[in-house]
Amino acid sequence: MNTQTQVVELGYGGNERLMLNMGPQHPSSHGVFRMILTLAGETVVAVDAVIGYLHRCHEKLGETLTYAQYPSIASKTDYVAAMTAELAYVSAVERVGKIEVPKRAQYLRVIAAELQRIASHCLWLGTWCLDMGGAIGGGSTVFLYCMREREMILDRFEELTGARLLYGFHQVGGTRYDVPAGWDTKVRATVDFMEKRIDEYEAMLEGNAFFLVRTQGVGVISRELAQEVGVVGPLIRGSGVNYDVRRAEPYSSYRDFDFRVPVETAGDCYARYRVRMVEFRESIRIIRQALDGLPDGPISSRPGVKSVGQVRVPKGEGYARVEGPRGEVGCYLVSDGGPKPYRLKWRGASFTNLAVLPHIIPGHKVADVVAIMGSVDPVFGEVDR
Amino acid sequence: MTSSPVVWQAIEAFVVLNALLVLVAYVTLLERKFAARMQSRIGPYYVGRPHGWLQPIADALKLMLKEDVVPTASDRGVYNLAPIVFLVPCLLIFATIPFAPELGVADLNIGVLFFLAVSSLEIVGLFMGGWGSNNKYALLSAMRAVNQIISYGLPFIFVALVPVLLAGSLQMSAIVAAQQGLWFVAYPGLGQLAFVLFLVAALAAENRVPFDILEAESELVAGFRVEYSGMKFALIQLGEYAHMLGTSFLGALLFLGGWSGPWPAWFGPIAFLLKAVGIFLLVTWVRWSFVRIRVDQILAISWKLLLPASLVLLLATGFVVALRGAGGA
Repeated sequence: MNTQTQVVELGYGGNERLMLNMGPQHPSSHGVFRMILTLAGETVVAVDAVIGYLHRCHEKLGETLTYAQYPSIASKTDYVAAMTAELAYVSAVERVGKIEVPKRAQYLRVIAAELQRIASHCLWLGTWCLDMGGAIGGGSTVFLYCMREREMILDRFEELTGARLLYGFHQVGGTRYDVPAGWDTKVRATVDFMEKRIDEYEAMLEGNAFFLVRTQGVGVISRELAQEVGVVGPLIRGSGVNYDVRRAEPYSSYRDFDFRVPVETAGDCYARYRVRMVEFRESIRIIRQALDGLPDGPISSRPGVKSVGQVRVPKGEGYARVEGPRGEVGCYLVSDGGPKPYRLKWRGASFTNLAVLPHIIPGHKVADVVAIMGSVDPVFGEVDR
Repeated sequence: MTSSPVVWQAIEAFVVLNALLVLVAYVTLLERKFAARMQSRIGPYYVGRPHGWLQPIADALKLMLKEDVVPTASDRGVYNLAPIVFLVPCLLIFATIPFAPELGVADLNIGVLFFLAVSSLEIVGLFMGGWGSNNKYALLSAMRAVNQIISYGLPFIFVALVPVLLAGSLQMSAIVAAQQGLWFVAYPGLGQLAFVLFLVAALAAENRVPFDILEAESELVAGFRVEYSGMKFALIQLGEYAHMLGTSFLGALLFLGGWSGPWPAWFGPIAFLLKAVGIFLLVTWVRWSFVRIRVDQILAISWKLLLPASLVLLLATGFVVALRGAGGA
């Protein structure tokens, strides 16, 4: 034991600082995130963000699993949006191997990805309101409503893949499953229902003065800061930059669909909320168009994979990116011609989005920290990988 | 030897206290059921069918059986005393509330003043708990609590004085008697405004969402009671709900005419209880539909909006009473 007493000099001129450790076990850390806050009274003067509590060697794992095996593990990087994480991996493999994907599979991928976006945004809205409103208060009301709606989409995924959270739906060259009979009618009913519910959320939140004062003007990311830090997804669109991978570099037939990329200029929590609320509706529009135009044909250009090592891609390297619910999810892949990638690198959207926190949190109150944190919508599986 | 008034009052106090504790327990069940309905859930169900009517008792038993953890670094004396210091004022406020004419522990001639004074004492217990826990979250919460209670105590008192002025008495039964014809909430203009202000200030005084910054479990985990467990936690919880219920009774008494109304006298106490529970449910409704606001916003609402409004209201009431006095009697 240390026998020397540490002498801490306290300034009694009102300049004492309180170090407050938030996380990694904290009700609103959205996983395992640690923030060491330096407080002057209630105001945060500095924030030290610590990550890495959920590191699972995902990239190394990717090197030990074959192209046929890894897609269902890829879903574990971003477990809230497993469909888009898988899609990023298989797109990278297809790009390196120059593997064609049938039109039907491309449409199915779009439907799955957009349903996933709705489910993920439901979780975001619920947990964000939970952060601001409390588990015993108005926040939990919104949370439970959102979870109820998310459940419907998970039911659709269960009918499609047999799984509710981590799907293994995508595979190199297409999708693993075709839609079951009557599934498209159910999806249509689900999105119709969702649309009504989103109107309800908006009426409930935007007519609520307390919600507005908690979100407007809080956590402003300026356009310059957004571009400098490289935030993606709803964050950069909330800061006035029109950037969406589905538009910037269309993949998986996104060119076929008519949709709008919402952009808000304010850059605060409310702007990010607005962007996501519009994305809900745009996702529903895309799903409807994809269901209407779903072509017939095979669901995979490599049907009947018999062994795990059967998929091989030629030597080379490539990067593929998709627009996940949290922004650009990228996967960089180096192949040496074998059945497994030589090197795999994930670019998680939450990771760069999280990097903006130390820039925007100082100057805010403790209560705003959780509101800003929630508006960033991080998933720590994707941050730490 | 006949029973002296002191013995009689002690028995009355005992009965009221126990009835109150049961009522508080069942008010928690009511709130949970009500919130469950709002959130399309069922709420407590399995402990005591139908509708989980044994749930509060099961909760109390569970809390009694829990291990009482005292943090090593805490200030033991302050830490252990805090729940009691918090609970006593919350229960004491019921002493002056009459439940019917001649039915109450003590119908003081300064009843409203006593209520307001005692109910603001709970902050001492709150701060002791936050300080004695030696936890940063608890300390932040205690500081917020002091901030908030000082800011909302003033408008709360001013608004509660509106019915006092109208009735011309601080005695609770006299205030009810003054509402025989017309409840103060129906008093044109003045009454509704005062009632709304009273509800807002009461929400803040009770530390409920949207003003529950000192509990704030998403940022301060559980606020000043983060280190409390077992029966000490139960005492704090009990105190909170008793305070909430007490404020609801006060609201029903000051604005909704207490037991008075177009019904036979025996129904009076029941009507009073129903009115109080009605106010409680109104507050619960607000709680389960709003998000929490920030500490600086709470202070801004209090000092920039509620306090001036309640002062103006008090002044207006004064004028009305003076005019009534000049023109009427």
